[in-house]
Amino acid sequence: MVHTSSPLVAPPRNWWRPAGRDEKLWIGIAGIWSVSMFVMMVIIWPAIGGQQNQIHSYRVDPADFNSYTTAFIEEHQTGELEGVPVVSPPPDTDIFLEASQFQWRPVLELQQGETYRILISSTDVQHGFSLQPDNINFQVLPDFITGLEITPQESGEYTIVCNEFCGLGHHLMVGRIIVVD
Amino acid sequence: MSAEAAPNDSVIAGLMRRCNVTNLMVDRNADRLIMFNAVAAVVALATGGIFALLIGLTRWEAIHLLEADWYYRITGAHGAAMLIFWILFFEVAGLIFGVSVILNRRLLIPRFWWTAFGLMAVSAVALLALMLSGEATVMFTAYPPLQATSWFYLFFIIFAVGALIAVIAFFIELANARYREQVGPLPLFTFAMLAAAVLALWTLVSGAAAIIPTYLWSVGVIGHIDPGVYRLLFWGFGHGAQQINLVAMVGVWYVLAALTVGARPVNEGVSRFAFLLIILFIHMGAIHHILVDPGFSQLSRAINTSYFIYGATLGSMIHALSIPAAVELAQRRKGFSAGIFTWLQKAPWKEPGFSSLVLSFWLFGVMGGISGVIMGTVQVNMIQHNTLIVPAHFHMTVVAGTTLAFMGLSYYLIPLIFRRDHVFPGMAKVQPYMFALGMTIWGLGTGFAGHAGMSRRHWDSAFGGVPMGTDVFQTWQVDWSLLALGIGALIAATGGAMYVLNAVATVFLGKKTDTPHLPGIDRDALTPADEDAREAAAAGDPHHQRGFEFPGTLILVFAFLVVFMVLYATSWFELSSVSWTIE
Repeated sequence: MVHTSSPLVAPPRNWWRPAGRDEKLWIGIAGIWSVSMFVMMVIIWPAIGGQQNQIHSYRVDPADFNSYTTAFIEEHQTGELEGVPVVSPPPDTDIFLEASQFQWRPVLELQQGETYRILISSTDVQHGFSLQPDNINFQVLPDFITGLEITPQESGEYTIVCNEFCGLGHHLMVGRIIVVD
Repeated sequence: MSAEAAPNDSVIAGLMRRCNVTNLMVDRNADRLIMFNAVAAVVALATGGIFALLIGLTRWEAIHLLEADWYYRITGAHGAAMLIFWILFFEVAGLIFGVSVILNRRLLIPRFWWTAFGLMAVSAVALLALMLSGEATVMFTAYPPLQATSWFYLFFIIFAVGALIAVIAFFIELANARYREQVGPLPLFTFAMLAAAVLALWTLVSGAAAIIPTYLWSVGVIGHIDPGVYRLLFWGFGHGAQQINLVAMVGVWYVLAALTVGARPVNEGVSRFAFLLIILFIHMGAIHHILVDPGFSQLSRAINTSYFIYGATLGSMIHALSIPAAVELAQRRKGFSAGIFTWLQKAPWKEPGFSSLVLSFWLFGVMGGISGVIMGTVQVNMIQHNTLIVPAHFHMTVVAGTTLAFMGLSYYLIPLIFRRDHVFPGMAKVQPYMFALGMTIWGLGTGFAGHAGMSRRHWDSAFGGVPMGTDVFQTWQVDWSLLALGIGALIAATGGAMYVLNAVATVFLGKKTDTPHLPGIDRDALTPADEDAREAAAAGDPHHQRGFEFPGTLILVFAFLVVFMVLYATSWFELSSVSWTIE
């Protein structure tokens, strides 16, 4: 029955043998499963899913992004929360979210069921956009915009945690999105 | 022709020794190099283990041991000590073992190997010191533009150069062995180490491309580092390094199966083909870390993240069949052939080599492998990226998988290389179970905390004293998850300490002997293939007349596939239950 070498011993030169039936069965089924997972990710979910991860990417100078955010805040500010401006932008527009050590600016007030294009970037180091409790996570880099079309379906207060280590105050970096009816 | 010393002449000259247990010829230089690399590996493991315990006791919110500053320093140092130093020193020992000891040949270029060891050892100490000093609190990923002292990048580069020298030395040794006809087809373990070395080349080149410009930036030569490009290149290194571990671990699994029950690969070609699939495709997995980064189209992310339609996953699933199948056939050959699972029941469960193999294989495949494929799905990654699910996944692969497999192998290697008896053989029997139990509890706790959204590398999930603080994580699920994380870390650290204690005691205090007592080596492990039996197998068909060749293994792998499918489907369901629409 012994017809192959120990992994610690060189096999003879004519080591090749066709695979047995049991191996072929498993390799075939594992292969079908592999292709199925690919089809699910590339064809099925894009056709039926509501959460798509189609990132709109742009390069941006951090100083420019800072001025876009500032202009956006000046145009739509409605209040202030813990020293951070609160803005209520109209639906179907571009909205800005700026990450910096250790703050998310501004607080966004959005309307339930309306679609916005959120553009996120950093003015210093890398950060992580982590929207809780729904647990939606995106990477935020300086020099790049992470853009997403988002539609909040339920009203309430959402927390933005920073989930990329950004310095010793990393755990202090918390922001808000407020969704109103 | 210059003298190529025959083994016996080498023994007389004191250049080689014959191992009384395995009958292998061992080059003195290889002997000492393996000793030094193994000791460095265990020291790194012990250091990283202390860090692990401190981190576990900090994330366990009820204890919250460390201050923020130290938590971040130690989290970075833990990553470097474990993911880089422990693993790489052990793997260099494996490269030397694969290209010298089991090929019965002397090392051609021992100075290369010593240089590699020296560079790696010095820079490892320097890197840990820098990370603990607070001069390099940038985590092991060191994403720019967050900046560490330029010494950090410099020693990082020196370490990588050391590792690269070891990899190149391996290729030179192997080419030399082939040229001198010391070896024809490679033993499967050496083949696995060759696969690991091929992956290591690309990995280290990618790391150099990420870190060298970053070093130049830190000393002011370059004005700006592109953070997106850095991430792409860094993960070519960071993820690639873990693929080296994967391949080395699979090689160790085959060896453990051979040593403990005399298992031989069911089919050399199938096993080698699976390694080939991994070599060809697995590097594409570097994109797993940047699936929610700006800068890539969805199709390019999908093709890369799936290793080109799950080519490398298929390779791993082939090993998932071929290793238990080899064990089953070996056991059936020994007479444990009744029923479907007698072979498994009668396996040597008290031998640490065997328990390490099974536990490592099980935890890697079921918890590490499946969670990795799910996390590497482009859309599902949105609800997992940078949460605690990420460390939960890679601790199941690198710790419960690779580390446990390496521990299992070292229960054989340490007595054989140091020629000493185990000091605590009884503890060695319990140790793999203790470690695996701890890692399982830790993994489940950490994974569930991640499912609840908790971030990795985050000091305070209670957000005490934060202006815009939140109680989003103040739930019973999170409390229980973190409790499991903490208790699991305590148990796993105990298991790790048992391993280190036995290893250190054996190296320094074990009884000296030329025939160390081992957990038992199966005599089939080191004998050449049986020609007659092979011819019979080729000519006719020893198995095809009866039912399945390895029915027990088939049931196990199909059960695994069902678990895989259920968890995969669950992850899509979880994504669909997110209340936001995201285009």
